[in-house]
Amino acid sequence: MIDPDRPNPLRDPQDRRLPRIAGPCVLVIFGVTGDLSRKKLMPAVYDLANRGLLPPGFALVGFARRDWENEDFAQIVHDSVKEHARTPFREEVWRQLLEGIRFVPGDLNSDASFEQLKRTILELDEARGTGGNHAFYLSIPPGLFDEVVGQLRRHGLAEQRAGQWNRVVIEKPFGHDLSSAQELNRIVSSVFPSQSVFRIDHYLGKETVQNMLALRFANQLFEPVWNRNYIDHVQITMAEDIGIEGRAGYYDGIGAARDVIQNHLLQLLALTAMEEPTSFDARQLRTEKQKVLAAARPPADIDAHTARGRYDGGWSGGVKVRGYAEEDGVPPESITETFAALRVDIDNRRWAGVPFYLRAGKRLARRVTEVALSFRKAPHLPFTNSDTESLGTNALVMRIQPDEGITLRFGAKVPSTQMEIREVNMDFAYGGAFTESSPEAYERLILDVLLGDPPLFPQHEEVELSWQILDPVLDHWAERGDQPEKYHPGSWGPQSAYDMLARDGFAWRRP
Amino acid sequence: MKIELKSTNSSKVASALIKARRNAGSPTMGMVMTLIVVTDSQGYQRAEKAALAASFEHPCRLLLVVTNSRTKTSGLDAEIRVGERVPGETVVLRMRGEVAEHPASVLLPLLLPDSPVVAWWPTQAPENLSTDPIGRLANRRITDADGTRQPMASLEHRARHHGPGETDLTWARLTPWRALLAAAVDQYPATFTAAVVEAQRGHASAQLMAAWLENRLGLQVEVKNTRGPGITGVRLTTAAGDIAITRDDGLLAEYSVPGQPKRLVALKRRDTEDLIAEELRRLDDDDIFEAAVTTLVRRMRREQTRKSGAAKAAGTKTGAAKKTAARSSSRKSTTAKRTTARSSSSSSGTAAPDAAPSPEEAVGTVDPAVTAPDAG
Repeated sequence: MIDPDRPNPLRDPQDRRLPRIAGPCVLVIFGVTGDLSRKKLMPAVYDLANRGLLPPGFALVGFARRDWENEDFAQIVHDSVKEHARTPFREEVWRQLLEGIRFVPGDLNSDASFEQLKRTILELDEARGTGGNHAFYLSIPPGLFDEVVGQLRRHGLAEQRAGQWNRVVIEKPFGHDLSSAQELNRIVSSVFPSQSVFRIDHYLGKETVQNMLALRFANQLFEPVWNRNYIDHVQITMAEDIGIEGRAGYYDGIGAARDVIQNHLLQLLALTAMEEPTSFDARQLRTEKQKVLAAARPPADIDAHTARGRYDGGWSGGVKVRGYAEEDGVPPESITETFAALRVDIDNRRWAGVPFYLRAGKRLARRVTEVALSFRKAPHLPFTNSDTESLGTNALVMRIQPDEGITLRFGAKVPSTQMEIREVNMDFAYGGAFTESSPEAYERLILDVLLGDPPLFPQHEEVELSWQILDPVLDHWAERGDQPEKYHPGSWGPQSAYDMLARDGFAWRRP
Repeated sequence: MKIELKSTNSSKVASALIKARRNAGSPTMGMVMTLIVVTDSQGYQRAEKAALAASFEHPCRLLLVVTNSRTKTSGLDAEIRVGERVPGETVVLRMRGEVAEHPASVLLPLLLPDSPVVAWWPTQAPENLSTDPIGRLANRRITDADGTRQPMASLEHRARHHGPGETDLTWARLTPWRALLAAAVDQYPATFTAAVVEAQRGHASAQLMAAWLENRLGLQVEVKNTRGPGITGVRLTTAAGDIAITRDDGLLAEYSVPGQPKRLVALKRRDTEDLIAEELRRLDDDDIFEAAVTTLVRRMRREQTRKSGAAKAAGTKTGAAKKTAARSSSRKSTTAKRTTARSSSSSSGTAAPDAAPSPEEAVGTVDPAVTAPDAG
């Protein structure tokens, strides 16, 4: 009578008003007391429910070493939702969620705790009709993945049965070098098949990826010039104006390159440089990203084409701040960098000879993420030199944060009787146009996990290819073993970063 | 910045728009469309509020046309607002007397180049949208039967004269219901033997919901009257029981699928600004809506036949009527609980399963008295 293969008569590909609502399921969050869980995950769950995208019969289970009852946990969720949710708080949405909130107190290494977790989940499967569908969000340090994944397997919580699913979500950093990434993948994939593993890069929302794809592949205008014939170099920047914000324990020993370049900036590079995928399904997209990452290589002369820095104490944006070395919990012998820049070359027909410059750092002048394609100079200018003195080169900038949009820089005549040509900006902001009050990256991610949508987030092949690009640089830096160059907080990084571009005859843009 | 122009014309309005933008430092507007809202002096403020809220998602040049053709003097007043906490540009165009009969002549010069034009009638709409002078300027035309004095009659009229690019907000009001139903059927892909929509008497969206279900499921769908507000329930009958979504308070619904525990799900009746934002997301023809209104017309015709048939010969029953009657009787108990005293007393099958259903109840007809404009 129930035939799972029967097409749903109420759905139609033409019916694009209907959103996809996830099926009933349990979301289990490990490390539920952490900042990320309170500020991002729980509010995202509420926002999804508020937008009508969570199934009736959704349950949220928290797991942590706290002596809490369900009610205590519900209160925590309630408070974090009220404080951090993007959409207004509505009592009826909260009542829908509240029915399915549970808490399991326990230790990650305790069999008894996992037995209790299992009982809780089974009880929910019955009471809430969640039908054996479970997502495990590991909001915990990567060192503990082994333990948790092992426990899930031992207690039969990771089994893949027909008609049911068990999925796992892990966050960056995905290892700290190639071999640790491979080890991490071995652990996770020993228990969960690759399509059940969701790696999240919360810097890179699906929305952004789709915006980039639309710009590149839905237009005739850009593709003809998207290559070495017209572009002379590419700059990819992710700057934060904050410091490590007391997270020395996490940050020290990791640094800007591992924290941001390995995952976020190399993903942006891949999306910018890849060929057109045959379709936009996740697998085709991954294939193209993998191809271009495999063609990318670190600089031959690492000292000349990389830069590392560390913010000093001083004034940043009108506030007096401490230097990295004075932050709480940073060991005196630390050589962790808070700014990293490197040149990447892509050996293929489209990009040969076009350097990609990647930089990421904390305590820079402002928070910004962008990809800037800088065009070659026009081959001939039918103006006198003085007319075009202040003419730079054309640039196409994909702004990603905080004001997502596109900027085109081109030359225009300065209004006056004299002929003078100067660079101007033409801006487009996604923020204004078409945003459904911009669903946060976490909402999209959680929804993808619950729907089982093949994620646009990287799978382990991409992670490993990224480490292959970065490892030689990290090894070289470790060998040198010296302290990173200091830079003023609130500036655009150390002198060596400027020098590294100057060597190639370029200069960093001020984003 | 706000500019008021008295007794003006389109080219002065256009210059004032340019001036306003210059004064704001020529910011990038990123306007994606021109939205024309046609309303009268009563409906104007509510419509403006909704349109401005929607323009955060769809920055647009908003042209609010407020007409009053009853005055003798002819004239056009304009109020231009740029950069007042709202993305895009807003122009209120007040047309009096003769000008009010030629609104398109005012609007055409003010449309943004190339980008789409959407016209929205939040209250009364013209008889024929595609020949209406303003309707002809637009490639997307949105009406709201619930904003009119006779929602059911208005919706029926729209259904009979449906043209490309047209939708009605009664349809957008159904989206959350439809999404939940589709999700329920995803979970429980059974074959259905019957479907019932329960709603406030004379609720236009309910008829549309029934038409949609009828179109998708290939079943005759019954509409039953309840106390409301809006739609209070939808039941899809399978051999193992009903898939039922019921909502008594307009906020929180109960969701049940055979063999699974009952659960709560938030199902709020949405504000007009959410509805209009949803409409503006798609500017192409809504094929599903078209199919639903085609079925709606068929339902109305069937109803007509039944009415005249019932009037002629009280004793003869059509096959369809028999089926409906049998189905209603099988759900007698649940229906009785949910319907109000008034509707169940007149309700068809429940009282006497053998009698042909009273036409009024089975398909629900116009009842202008009991309608809330924001129903959903």
